[in-house]
Amino acid sequence: MKFDTVIIGGGLAGLTCGIRLAKAGQRCAIVSSGQSALHFSSGSLDLLNALPDGSVVTNPMEGVKLLAEQAPEHPYVKIGAERFAVLATEAAELLSEAGVATMGEALKNHYRLTPMGVLKSTWLTFKGYVTSDKADALPWKSVALFNAEGFLDFYTQFLSDEMRKMGTECKVHTFNLPALENIRQNPTEMRSANIARIFDNEDTLSELAAIISREMGDAEAVLLPAVLGVDCRDGVAKLEKRLARKVAVVATLPPSVPGLQVQTLLRRYFQELGGVYLLGDTATGYKSEGDNVTALYTNNHGDIALKADNYVLATGSYFSQGLVASNGEVVEPLFGVDVAYDKVRSNWYERDMFSAQPYESFGVVTNAELQAIRGGRKVDNLYAVGAGLAGFNAVKQGCGAGVSMLTAMSVADKILSKR
Amino acid sequence: MMTETSEFNFEQCIKCTVCTVYCPVAAVNPLYPGPKQAGPDGERLRLKRPEFFDESLKWCLNCKRCEVACPSNVRIGDIIQAARIKHSKKKPGLREYILANTDFMGTMASPLAPIVNMAVGLKPVKVVMDKTIGIDHRRMFPKYAFGTFESWLKRNRKKQAKFPRQVSYFHGCYVNYNNPQLGKDFVKIMNALGIGVQLLEKEKCCGVALISNGLIDQAKRQGEVNISSIRRSVVENKIPVLGTSSTCTFTLRDEYPHLLGIENKDVRDGIELATRYIYRLLSSGEVRLRFKKNAPKLRVAYHTACHMEKLGWAYYSTELLRMIPSVELIQLDSQCCGIGGTYGFKKENYATSQAVGEGLFRKIEASGCDVVSTDCETCKWQIEMSTSKEVIHPLSILANALE
Repeated sequence: MKFDTVIIGGGLAGLTCGIRLAKAGQRCAIVSSGQSALHFSSGSLDLLNALPDGSVVTNPMEGVKLLAEQAPEHPYVKIGAERFAVLATEAAELLSEAGVATMGEALKNHYRLTPMGVLKSTWLTFKGYVTSDKADALPWKSVALFNAEGFLDFYTQFLSDEMRKMGTECKVHTFNLPALENIRQNPTEMRSANIARIFDNEDTLSELAAIISREMGDAEAVLLPAVLGVDCRDGVAKLEKRLARKVAVVATLPPSVPGLQVQTLLRRYFQELGGVYLLGDTATGYKSEGDNVTALYTNNHGDIALKADNYVLATGSYFSQGLVASNGEVVEPLFGVDVAYDKVRSNWYERDMFSAQPYESFGVVTNAELQAIRGGRKVDNLYAVGAGLAGFNAVKQGCGAGVSMLTAMSVADKILSKR
Repeated sequence: MMTETSEFNFEQCIKCTVCTVYCPVAAVNPLYPGPKQAGPDGERLRLKRPEFFDESLKWCLNCKRCEVACPSNVRIGDIIQAARIKHSKKKPGLREYILANTDFMGTMASPLAPIVNMAVGLKPVKVVMDKTIGIDHRRMFPKYAFGTFESWLKRNRKKQAKFPRQVSYFHGCYVNYNNPQLGKDFVKIMNALGIGVQLLEKEKCCGVALISNGLIDQAKRQGEVNISSIRRSVVENKIPVLGTSSTCTFTLRDEYPHLLGIENKDVRDGIELATRYIYRLLSSGEVRLRFKKNAPKLRVAYHTACHMEKLGWAYYSTELLRMIPSVELIQLDSQCCGIGGTYGFKKENYATSQAVGEGLFRKIEASGCDVVSTDCETCKWQIEMSTSKEVIHPLSILANALE
């Protein structure tokens, strides 16, 4: 199989890279070992919320300029503040072209409501989710919070308590529907995606609208868990129209319905652009000549190699086994490229679970061009992008999605400029 | 990286719930506990005490889409099927015997094909089968062909032997008894590539339906016969074995070692789908196919069967279709059609089966295709019964386009 570029990893980073390359006319393949971490999406994408010293970032375009001094190995430093600004704008456009509507901008972070009911800084939020301009208040004085009866992955008590602390009165309602009765026959399967599917049926959504309309009183806004349809993506808009009231959704515990919608939309867009997406396949080995990778082998394709001019490692971090930690070391298992990690294992963790964990910043080493390094030497046609990179802490700095998308786009540009 | 530290990679499950999103059955049938509960979660309990086995695992249609979705390479589908094999108390009945013994039924029906075809299409016969043994009366049976593929190929043995390069063909029951034309199309393509086709020394039904219907001992016996014939071809004679059915091929390669305990390591790489073999050959540049000029345009919607998705080989079939100048290819989103082999034939599964496939049927009708193409015969039956479109195997489309 011959491609221009082969990408290993089919999550946010891999798909972003593939879409950008395919749009420019490249023939790309993505090898994805199962579904991605997008299935745990909060409904928002972070760009940069804090610096390593803990100071809060309100304007990521400004904040990124301070990274060079505090975290010289941060992937954003390799991209450079100027390109960062351009790519951040283009990332939102790429999502929009794929059909993912978002709000927010890189010049000013806004706030999202977490499933625990607190506001957290973020960059882009999928349309329909609760957002706020303020760090400590919601845009409404009163809300009606509705949950499906028997849906345990949504904590209405936490949400209402926290909202009250912020000065928003919150009344909790539960609703029941015949379609819910049906899936409740199997209580373990009362999960977000299964509930969301019942609202793909317009009639079920109408039944819900009737219940809400009866019970919402004069609350300024109606809030629901993010389960208003899987194929149907305008459940919020439809309800708003029916109720003539502001409607917004809040993230649930996994699986994340909006995350799975985004995964589907990005993959579909990539395939429409001619991309080949190989799901459920695992890269097992490669061939190289000099400083170049010449072939990639996978579990499903056996002796038939995936050949390409360039390869992109987008295999993610520990969750997706892009990085594997054992007792004494952290390795990148596919190419065995250099990984930055502390050789003293006791230094991997901080005793306080909530402080920045050093292992979070371990990852694949690259040069300034984001080319991977093996045994101290760069591999000319192997790039690394996304969560598996070294030098940042996605949780503490709030930059996971931004690193995934911006490094992916940056690498796509480098590959395109090679020709 | 494949880290297999426990049987079926059971211990790699981190309870992430991704599999539950992609189970076609759990999405439409609340009686099925879903792949996480039926698979790794339930297994944890069953390992402790077998009494925790739950007969509701029968709702699993063994599509393996949970495995394809799993980010941790847990063989969820295998865990569920193995638990059924190990713990189910339900004995297979007459219906299971009839549905699973495709080989025996084919041997009996083939000489009487016109009569059998007419009879199983009659309403009273359907009602009786529904009422007495529980084969749903709405289901349409695949037609039997008059004369088997094996007898045809035996008649052409001398001609095939003349080709210097040879492949063995695992035709499967469907080609042998229902659609010998697909086998002939395959032979036509191979011959055009300068390759002769021979039968295996002995071929039995691959046994996929025996496994799903609980006839495990028979499946093992047939599997042993097949693997020993395949071994003779692949190891002794250095002749690869090709199939045209994604499910048969998947069963020989993966279900044998995983579910039946039949060792096939030495021959597994020698068993593959014909589309993959042809793709490799054409990519090497050694040979070329010549297509008809001015053939009428054909809009083909390709459907990825579940076991094809698991094999990961849809790429080869779609690339071959793309190669045909007169074909315009529409790639349908990969999703289960609901038939699950013999699953959808059972009365109690009919509603689930049709609900699973509904989205696919709608997309097929809306696609504006002339025909649907897929590598699986049971998907073909399901799609032809549930949509207005004819379903043709990629190799039949290819053979028809040859000069």
